[in-house]
Amino acid sequence: MDEIKSQQVTFKLFRFNQETDYLPYYNTYVLDVTHEEVILDVLNRIKWDHDGTLSYRRSCRHGICGICSIKINGKAILACKARIFDLIDVFGTDMTIDPLSTKRAIKDLIIDKEDFWDKHAQITPFLVSDVEENPSLENLVSPHDAEKLLEADYCIQCGACHYSCPALEINDRFIGPAAFAAAFRFAADVRDDASVERLHVVNEEAQGVWDCVKCMECAEACPKDVNPIEKITKLHNMIFEAGIAKNNVATRHAVGFAHSIEKHGLLDEGELVRYSEGNIGVLKHMPEAFEMWKNGKIVMPWNMPKSKNMDEVKKLMQSSSTVKF
Amino acid sequence: MEKLRYALYTGCTARESTPELLKSTMAVAEKLGIELVLLDEASCCGASHLQDYDDFLSLVLNARNICYAEKLGLTMVTICNTCQLNTAMTKHRLDTNPELKAKVNAKLSEVGLEYKGTSEVTHFLYAIIQDYGLENLSKKVNVPLSQFNIAPFYGCHNIRPSELQNLSNGGENPYNPTSLDDLIIACGGNNVDYDAKNKCCGFHAELQAPHTAAVLTGNALSGAMDANADWMVTPCPLCHLKLDVQHHNASKAIGREVKLPVLHMPQMVGLALGCTPAELGLQHHVTKVNFV
Repeated sequence: MDEIKSQQVTFKLFRFNQETDYLPYYNTYVLDVTHEEVILDVLNRIKWDHDGTLSYRRSCRHGICGICSIKINGKAILACKARIFDLIDVFGTDMTIDPLSTKRAIKDLIIDKEDFWDKHAQITPFLVSDVEENPSLENLVSPHDAEKLLEADYCIQCGACHYSCPALEINDRFIGPAAFAAAFRFAADVRDDASVERLHVVNEEAQGVWDCVKCMECAEACPKDVNPIEKITKLHNMIFEAGIAKNNVATRHAVGFAHSIEKHGLLDEGELVRYSEGNIGVLKHMPEAFEMWKNGKIVMPWNMPKSKNMDEVKKLMQSSSTVKF
Repeated sequence: MEKLRYALYTGCTARESTPELLKSTMAVAEKLGIELVLLDEASCCGASHLQDYDDFLSLVLNARNICYAEKLGLTMVTICNTCQLNTAMTKHRLDTNPELKAKVNAKLSEVGLEYKGTSEVTHFLYAIIQDYGLENLSKKVNVPLSQFNIAPFYGCHNIRPSELQNLSNGGENPYNPTSLDDLIIACGGNNVDYDAKNKCCGFHAELQAPHTAAVLTGNALSGAMDANADWMVTPCPLCHLKLDVQHHNASKAIGREVKLPVLHMPQMVGLALGCTPAELGLQHHVTKVNFV
């Protein structure tokens, strides 16, 4: 049997009671932990041995119910899956334990996830299908069609990505990575009849996929490798493929890259902004454009650099384009 | 040490709105005796936006760029985090999916090219740290940056998703990255710790979600200022454009005047190696570099 290794770790634990506390505070515990323990073991030890008033959510203890998600030094984890020794490798032996969202704390590590469920409700998180009530055969989905979900159905709705998304932190209308992944999960399902309606919801400005900042925090946070940003990209693609992309600054910003590359190989930065914003919208960028021009940061159209072997780029643009706008 | 040679994928920004990045990269390479062969044939990486419009097209174009590094038999180095992400992502997808690779190669064959998967893709930051070595770099430092508190700003696309970065880039932990901090120390500077150093600058949503983008820029600048940084350093020209040019919008968005000089990673190394401000293109900055 392997020898049990142990190490002393200092845990700073977030405490707050919405009913009695004006501000949150932290309790510090210095504990010897073994290489076999996960964060949930530490929470249990603190509650059972030190302070019975500590509140946190736990249930399955097998990384599947998604309820014990919290943050360690800003990293979202499932308390029942995250090995303390793995976290020591990343952060050393000082760990701050926070709820997924300190803003939404009700008691200690327990948060109000209403916003999370509201976002899900927005995207119709179920299969919309006219199924016969007494079918004679099973409604089979081939393995090939099942693969189209790209494992989006592995999501356990723990909220790790949702509460790690910086765009959502700033813009509370934004639907966010978890609900986007769910929208993709159903939109990509061959049995679903509401794909286009769902795509319309995620195509709306301010709430939809266009406000994603592409920081990849969601892909990093997910404990089940759902890779929400991959699904967000897919939703962008599906919006164009379904022909419902609106003619606005966000869509033109994506399409503008193709125009530039076809002409120069490289991106014409100034033209991209003009094309995206339109001739009037572009005027609001004049203050910074002037500063950039003064400092030699604007290339004039007649000096626009071009890739060598532009004939290749042009030919590939013709032969490999798969979408029209 | 054997002379290091790389194929340099400049990306678009270094040839347009951040000319100082290309200039300082070449200056530092020369000082360190690293040979950078410019990939003038390369096109735009799509910056994660072409990918939203036409994923297959972006794969073909990025694969074509890598083909030119393969032809030279060299590792491709990037000097933009977003170029790094899109190029490495293309490589990863083609290297792990023979069917997709065949589809892309069918298109590339029309222009006489073939993607093989023989060239690695890595950011210049990691080429310096891993191939050249920080100890070797320290030995070359003749103007140590010891009087400066320097705030590293890592930029998302060099550190996330870690699965990809482990395969073909620095492979550091995105929740506690250390490469830029180590580089600052190797240049004799004092690295400053602050929460926003591994967070998003907002660049990619600047046109379609200007408020979100400006708040994120503001958070980065104010975080560095509160940590008593004299200036910031970043390996990404897109982060640089946000932090250097957009401070007025960031200030408005967060209700606080925020402004700090921001250097590109090679500019910082160049200063420590004794390059002149002109050799590093420091005159191009919108937020003036007032300390040299």
